[in-house]
Amino acid sequence: MSTRANPGGKPVGFRGGGFAPKPRRLVAPVLFVTLFVVWELGSRMGWITPLILPAPSEALEALRDLAASGMLWKHLSASLVRLVAGWSCGTLLGLAAGIVIGLFSLARAGFAPMVSALFPIPKIALLPLFIVWFGIGEGSKIATILFGSFFPTVIATYGGIDNVDRSLIRMGQSFNLSHAAIVRNIVLPAALPAILSGMRISASISIILLVAAEMIGAEFGIGAYVLMAGNLMATDQLLAGVAVLSILGLGVNALINRAENHFLRWRA
Amino acid sequence: MDLEISGLGHRYGSLEVLRDITLRIPDGRIVCVIGPSGCGKSTLLRLIGGLERPTLGQVLQHGEPPAGSLNPLTYVFQDFALLPWRTVAGNVSLVLEGHPLPAGDRERRINDVLGRTRLSEFAHVFPKQLSGGMKQRVALARALSVNPAVLLMDEPLSALDGQTRELLMDDLISLWSREPFTACYVTHNLNEAVRLGHKVVVLSRRPGMIREIVDIDTSIAERTAGDAYLVTIQQRLWESMREEALSADRELAPDGSGDLA
Repeated sequence: MSTRANPGGKPVGFRGGGFAPKPRRLVAPVLFVTLFVVWELGSRMGWITPLILPAPSEALEALRDLAASGMLWKHLSASLVRLVAGWSCGTLLGLAAGIVIGLFSLARAGFAPMVSALFPIPKIALLPLFIVWFGIGEGSKIATILFGSFFPTVIATYGGIDNVDRSLIRMGQSFNLSHAAIVRNIVLPAALPAILSGMRISASISIILLVAAEMIGAEFGIGAYVLMAGNLMATDQLLAGVAVLSILGLGVNALINRAENHFLRWRA
Repeated sequence: MDLEISGLGHRYGSLEVLRDITLRIPDGRIVCVIGPSGCGKSTLLRLIGGLERPTLGQVLQHGEPPAGSLNPLTYVFQDFALLPWRTVAGNVSLVLEGHPLPAGDRERRINDVLGRTRLSEFAHVFPKQLSGGMKQRVALARALSVNPAVLLMDEPLSALDGQTRELLMDDLISLWSREPFTACYVTHNLNEAVRLGHKVVVLSRRPGMIREIVDIDTSIAERTAGDAYLVTIQQRLWESMREEALSADRELAPDGSGDLA
């Protein structure tokens, strides 16, 4: 057989490929750097007035001042304490509620509609109530974050449990595994991917609520700092605060990525 | 331990899937159940092992399961049902974990069954990395690890390609020859049935009833793929099933019966 193309034939056109995202490591850094360079240039050349949008270098300067004065740590630690306390309590309670709803029909019949009713309420709207209930101090802020992360975790957890492959559960029953062993060894590991992606969402919601709660009444915290900068029209400081929040978000995301890589090795 | 199935009938709502099944699974023998798709073969197997409650009739045990049997009635599933987050050894370990075993016994059992199914070198591999045939070997190892009195095999080779199926059939035959086990083997593949079965039970289409029971006398180890005697039996079984299979094929699926087959 000749490998040479027959001159009379028409090649069949290629129409496959695509739909398979590949890692492109350099693209994001290059895009970011370009954006910042253009922005910085724009400010220096006077195309962008500092009042409307300060140059990145000014925001960086504000951040450096904040760090040098020691206030960065004070704001950040106050925020982190609230975030960690609120999110971890909300996630633990959400996991417990989600598991109960996922496993028991009675709990599902009672709680699932309640979750649907309460989830869409913006928790920040309830902050005044939380202040009455839990005090103006840390309690009300932590409660806001707790409720904000509770509901997405509940929904992700029982959704994950609903989607566990029933043939695996039947296998467990066929080997006489106890109910507890089936939940521990089959149901929960199978629901873990859904639970982790729920945590990713609840962590972002928590950061948003953290800032909102701190804007309403806090002496320290990134939200309080951003609000104060806004009130003084110190846009460079405002941007510095926003940058800290963005880095916080990236950090949380990186932690969850690590958790996924560790716990979901078997998927790779 | 013998299993006796007496007067078993089952219905899902108004849909009757099994009618008056009476059958004995004698100790140390393999009973194959064949029938057209949707005839209730798998339902029958679930009823035998207590995963579902029959509408009529009962399943009886005669005699005691062998000493050291952790799970007398043990299934092997068509889709393997392995936990993807556990290694091969971990999947076997799962079904031993609930039992109070003397120290070291669990490891001994795991090593023993992985050796018998020739999986020892894959003990620490995740199921995702294994071929279909290997996955079913893991499921078989898991089933053997609890020392079952009766293996309930639900189309164990149907998800595999033809060549792998031949290899696994040889494995099953050599496992049985070394240490005869009792099994109820459900399949739609006539060739598997005549190669592995001491007794072949033919079910009619829905509602599944016993049409015919054929005993095959030659010893399992001596049967070969082209054996004239087996070919004759297979031919006869096919003749008796052909019409049924044809009309079963043309039947519309009843509502909500997606997994009756």
